[in-house]
Amino acid sequence: MTRHIGDVILQVDDLHTYCFTRWGVVKAVDGVSFALRQGETLGIVGESGCGKSMTALSLLRLVPRPVARIVQGRVLLQGENLLDKSEREMRHIRGRRLSMILQDPQTSLNPVFTIGNQLLEAIHIHHKGSPRTLLSRAINALSQVRVAAPERRVEDYPHQMSGGMKQRVVGAIALSCEPHVIIADEPTTSLDVTIQAQYLRLLREIQEETGLSIIFITHDFGIVAKMCDRVMVMYAGRVVESGPVRDIFNHPAHPYTQALLQSVPTMEERPERLYAIEGQPPALWELPPGCRFTARCPYAEARCEQTYPSSFAVGVDHTADCWRLQEA
Amino acid sequence: MSETPLLQVHHLKKHFPVTRGLLAMKTIGWVKAVDDISFSVPQGETLALVGESGCGKTTTAKLILRLEEPTDGEILIDGQPVHDLRGNALKAYRTAVQAVFQDPWSSLNPRMRVRQIVAEPLVINRKMSRAAVAARVQEVLDSVGLRPQQANLYPHEFSGGQRQRIAVASALISQPKLIILDEPVSALDVSIRAQIMNLLVDLQQAYHVSYVLIAHHLATTRYMAHEVAVMYLGKIVERARTEALFTEPLHPYTRALFSAALPGHPDITREEIILPGEVPSPINPPSGCRFHTRCPVAQSQCAEIEPEETDIAPGHMVACHLYN
Repeated sequence: MTRHIGDVILQVDDLHTYCFTRWGVVKAVDGVSFALRQGETLGIVGESGCGKSMTALSLLRLVPRPVARIVQGRVLLQGENLLDKSEREMRHIRGRRLSMILQDPQTSLNPVFTIGNQLLEAIHIHHKGSPRTLLSRAINALSQVRVAAPERRVEDYPHQMSGGMKQRVVGAIALSCEPHVIIADEPTTSLDVTIQAQYLRLLREIQEETGLSIIFITHDFGIVAKMCDRVMVMYAGRVVESGPVRDIFNHPAHPYTQALLQSVPTMEERPERLYAIEGQPPALWELPPGCRFTARCPYAEARCEQTYPSSFAVGVDHTADCWRLQEA
Repeated sequence: MSETPLLQVHHLKKHFPVTRGLLAMKTIGWVKAVDDISFSVPQGETLALVGESGCGKTTTAKLILRLEEPTDGEILIDGQPVHDLRGNALKAYRTAVQAVFQDPWSSLNPRMRVRQIVAEPLVINRKMSRAAVAARVQEVLDSVGLRPQQANLYPHEFSGGQRQRIAVASALISQPKLIILDEPVSALDVSIRAQIMNLLVDLQQAYHVSYVLIAHHLATTRYMAHEVAVMYLGKIVERARTEALFTEPLHPYTRALFSAALPGHPDITREEIILPGEVPSPINPPSGCRFHTRCPVAQSQCAEIEPEETDIAPGHMVACHLYN
């Protein structure tokens, strides 16, 4: 790999996003901090409801309002706090500096407009020029994601394309204004295995060409192993462990990370029996005061129930939130 | 394996007509969803059908479940042709073959209580007293790890993993010989998947039931299946015992599929075979070997002659000119 990893481009400090519902306050994101470097791929792993998608939406300030609100924290993109920006300023940041690829191309493309139309919509916000120059920009964006015959494809409607092709178009829209950071929220979950392999390779090639930083949101440790430099594991709104991918795979420190890695069957060997994490994640509107994994943790003690553990360093750039690491 | 396998599939074909026009419908072509496949599953074993969307694995499952009529070929359960069954034999078949589907949010009736959902196969196909049905419901709920009190709840009161347990209980209640598992864990969260996979493996050992597992996640099939059949555009391109297939995949498509699967560790680097293009349309599948348009090692004969199913080793079938 010929990838250069540069300075911190995006820094998130103590982000809290709560949803105010009839049943109470749902702490979807409850104190998330991380930094992303230029040219780096960061994976955010966790199960549904752990807050990974809500974190992504918070970065773009696209949380569903009025239910959800970012109540605390800072999101520094190249030093500027996005949470202080006006809506008008945010519109010039989304797509141009910070962009997103959503999970399902079926629903993220508008079925009644052509591909070209939807690409131009994004380009139009950020660039001025004659219709012809904008169109050639759109065609370039399509060829960047290796869509064959882009001059003809711009006139196609989404239903004329296959799932893999549509997801490339979604990628083209996200990349059309050369953002510095792209958030990919489970971009390959709806794709077939061989098409997923094509798409992942494409993302990596584009990253090598442009020095893009990628935040990869996924529930699949396989994608993390293949694509990411660093990974953070989320559980019930908090980051429980983060570090370089190899470290996390070789020495997972948090019991949740350990259990998750053990419970996934692999292609390479067949275990006698899969390790299963009993129980389910806690409800986000009635979180226990202590560590959220206590009820499912094989090592839980009294202090785990009472106070949330602090972050302990377990290696270079590798931390985990677990009381057991205090002695070590 | 001298005794007859529980499930036998011989030269099964299912072609769907492609029509044009509304009143005067004209057939303008055929989708060859399943095109001449054969396999068998012994009692107590799991066969996995793997392949990408459109390869015909779900159609095969529907044919076994009698939800579709085959165009040609036959399916035998205990030596009896499934599609010829009538009357009591048909009722017996319906208790002997059950299914668990992918999405436990849409496969359970939201207006029925768990005990009604679970009891349904018995109520419909067998004459049993209410007390006997209730006792049997408690028994299966217990075997899938649900509490007896939960029988009176509705599906919306359960999480995804528990719902899938309810679906498994319902499939199990009539003491079936065969259960079709259509992507049974892919809609579930990672930490719940292992629970359900372990449950299915345990139940198989306890009741000696056979599974036909439809999955696209290869690691899941490695954990659960005894034998794996790889499908591409309506054909089985390779079929072997799980260990043999995962240690030495032979067909170029199987190899590409395995290389595309995500690694279990960042240090595992596989030979990267990225297939060009996408799966062609099954309406006019490519001539000769259907994979030749994307195959990295295609030769001239591949476009013309369809490769025959050849046994490379006992129980290891591959359909490719490389091994002929």
